[in-house]
Amino acid sequence: MSENEINRRDFLKRSSKAGLAVAATAGAGFWLNSRNEHPRQTLDTSGGRIYTVDLPNDTPQMIVATGGTPVQLAQQALAALGGMETFISPGDIVVLKPNVGWDRVPQQAANTNPDLVKTVAELCFNAGAKKVIVTDVSCNDPRRCFRRSGIARAAESIGAEVLLPEERKFKDYRLGGELLSVWPVYTPIIEADKIINMPIVKHHNLTRATLGMKNWYGILGGRRNQLHQQIDISIADLASFIKPTLTIMDAYRVLMANGPQGGNLKDVKEYKTLIAGTDPVAIDALGSTFLGLVPEQLGHIKLAHERGIGNMNYTEVSTRNITVE
Amino acid sequence: MSKKDTDVKSPKGKQGSRSKAKIRMLRRFSQLFFFCLFMFLLFETEFRGTFGEGNADVVRLDYPVSIFLEMDPLVAFSTAISTHGVYNKVIWALVIIIGTIILGRFFCGWICPLGTLSHFFSSYKPEKKGKTRVNANHYKGWMSLKYYLLIAVIVMSIFTSLQTGIIDPIPFLVRSLTVSVLPTLNIAMRAGFDSLYATNIGALQFVADSGYYLFESNILSFKAQYFNWAWFIGLIFILVMLINRFITRFWCRAICPLGALMGLLSRWSIFGMEKDHSKCDDCNLCLLHCQGACDPQGNVPWRQAECHLCFNCEVECPQDVIRFKFFPNVGKENINIDPDWKKRKIIASAAAGAFALPILRSSTGLDRNFNSRVIRPPGSLDEKEFLARCIRCGECMKVCPTNAVQPTLLEAGLEAIWTPTLMMRVGACEYNCVLCSQVCPTGAIWKITEQQKLGQVDMDGNQLDEAKPIKIGTAFYDRGRCLPWTMAVPCIVCEEFCPTSPKAIWVKEEIVTKADGTEITVQQPRVDVDRCVGCGICEYVCPVQDKPAIYVTNIGETRSRTNQILLESGTYK
Repeated sequence: MSENEINRRDFLKRSSKAGLAVAATAGAGFWLNSRNEHPRQTLDTSGGRIYTVDLPNDTPQMIVATGGTPVQLAQQALAALGGMETFISPGDIVVLKPNVGWDRVPQQAANTNPDLVKTVAELCFNAGAKKVIVTDVSCNDPRRCFRRSGIARAAESIGAEVLLPEERKFKDYRLGGELLSVWPVYTPIIEADKIINMPIVKHHNLTRATLGMKNWYGILGGRRNQLHQQIDISIADLASFIKPTLTIMDAYRVLMANGPQGGNLKDVKEYKTLIAGTDPVAIDALGSTFLGLVPEQLGHIKLAHERGIGNMNYTEVSTRNITVE
Repeated sequence: MSKKDTDVKSPKGKQGSRSKAKIRMLRRFSQLFFFCLFMFLLFETEFRGTFGEGNADVVRLDYPVSIFLEMDPLVAFSTAISTHGVYNKVIWALVIIIGTIILGRFFCGWICPLGTLSHFFSSYKPEKKGKTRVNANHYKGWMSLKYYLLIAVIVMSIFTSLQTGIIDPIPFLVRSLTVSVLPTLNIAMRAGFDSLYATNIGALQFVADSGYYLFESNILSFKAQYFNWAWFIGLIFILVMLINRFITRFWCRAICPLGALMGLLSRWSIFGMEKDHSKCDDCNLCLLHCQGACDPQGNVPWRQAECHLCFNCEVECPQDVIRFKFFPNVGKENINIDPDWKKRKIIASAAAGAFALPILRSSTGLDRNFNSRVIRPPGSLDEKEFLARCIRCGECMKVCPTNAVQPTLLEAGLEAIWTPTLMMRVGACEYNCVLCSQVCPTGAIWKITEQQKLGQVDMDGNQLDEAKPIKIGTAFYDRGRCLPWTMAVPCIVCEEFCPTSPKAIWVKEEIVTKADGTEITVQQPRVDVDRCVGCGICEYVCPVQDKPAIYVTNIGETRSRTNQILLESGTYK
């Protein structure tokens, strides 16, 4: 038998190998073909996020504190609300959501006052919080925003954790809004036990004011720049989705024009005021007056009121005014 | 030259090589140390948001990250020629220049990070072994190419076009790593970690988080960075590394104009090789390990200008033929201090350099019809002065927090290949940031402070009554694509992000008609050309994703006297 001639054994071996290869390829092909589906996104939980707590009946819904330093304002306003212990339970993971949108220093009043953030974080720790996270999805470079706003240093000095947004931690959520049905959300914010919204009052050309409910833009990723097209509905949708434990609004320094990032100290007016409470709509309504507006001028406040998120007639909610000496 | 000869070593020789071997260990340690230092400084060429002590308002880097570039003698030499001055810390190049005059090309063998990489890829499990390697390590005529390249680029520098950075090893390496290698690692590592994170399995998410934690202060940048034509720069880098596998330290031997310059400087060196030719038994061990192809073997003179001072030959020599020492015998049979260059080719390469520039500039693109979308970083000098300084190292691209600064390919002409331009769709110029000007080693982007950028003080540090911020361009609306202008939809994200105060984008309320005939009031945005600084954040945030309704061109840039719209801003000062 010459070397070129094939024997039966070889023939069977080689043809079965080839046959197996054909079968495997064809099998894999048809199997993959059967998996041929239009790619769909998997979505996380739907429904609103409620972080509110049950409060004693005599708790005022809103505290308006004036005078003194941001530290005093925060301490006395919280004391008047019955203490941070009313809101924070021992072992809670608390997220503070200040406005750290812009690469500006505190005097320019584009970001929440850093002393205020520090004091609120301290009060949370004193109330037994396990962890306090300070975070925001900034507009400018977040490294610059967190540093120059003074918020990172203030938060870290008291032992709070500062989180700069990381892409992998955004997840598509079913927000269930009229306009915002599905949107990427920064998960560390909404996975907390308690959330304290810490906005600053400032001018904004389109909405007329950046207040508390608009501060929730800072939990979103994605095509945030398109929300302006339906700004009132998108803000109301966010306010329907997320119900904070507490809103602490900074009106210590107020940016009256060229908002929301300002830059010119001439546009900053000192009110030395802090509004704290549990009715996000009433707080926004009162906040707008610092800019010389009436709440009816702000579409998103009206919309939130109509949806029953809160009461825009801020004079109707139980309020305590305190003056810090 | 049989193998047996190499095996025979006198006890004295053995002893000698053991103590001599120390110098090789020392060299390896030096190479490793400087390579690590180089990489560390490159990783630190980023503001990572550290919130340490000090003035929190002012953002600066913690380390002198450009020092390798500033110590580069070719950077100093060529910019001194093209600008008639030595910028800031480039004076540190004297350390290397003086060291080279005294010692020879120690930089190549002991410090240069590109040399170290080339050394590693050439010598780690080399493709060529034995005789072929010995033959390959003989000096070859084509290795004089580097001198002609040096002459050509230096002649171009005389005519104020700085082209050295394209082939200067330090800018070459910084650029390749910044634009291509590190972004590639970033994309790959992020993809890996993020897919682990996306599984939603706790243990895998922990692995992903740990990965980020480990690498976020070195290999990983704060955000994944993307660069214009990164693959092309990466490909060149891969080729330069790969060719080492075939020709030992090809770049260093044949291309490197810095090596050539230092080869020329080494002619005055008081340190060098002395050979005892009579002792040489032609074992060729010196050649087998030679890095520079400087002819260390016996019976020929040592080529001083080619030697990297790696000391492999001295360490390997079993007969003690080779000795490095101060004040060696400079006899013709021992040392050849002249590089192997031919008068005719010197003249030819000088002529090539002299004619290259008019050829390049006879194209449109610089004096006529400069590309409106080439937006130089804030602080940049006027285009021609810029081209006399920019070494295309990519430091500005590495440090830019928004990834806005990008290398050009041909956008600004071939002459300006790999110079920085801002691409606002990738990122915009942060209003308060001056980091690119802080890291630029040569002053192509002049060092400015935040106050100078915002125009609160002038370039001499005098307080200004009326702020005159540095403009890098001007924004224009494409009203046909703008929502409030054409589509009856509210928007003005551009106005929200406009960082000047008062804002350069102003709005006017207009009642417009929708397609269904109903009316709506929208705010239509406009640019105040006087206030706009060209930062491009409007272009970056415009929701018209593909081709934005507002875009920046370079008209009005402070650095130019002629590229102006308004009469008053074009005044000669």
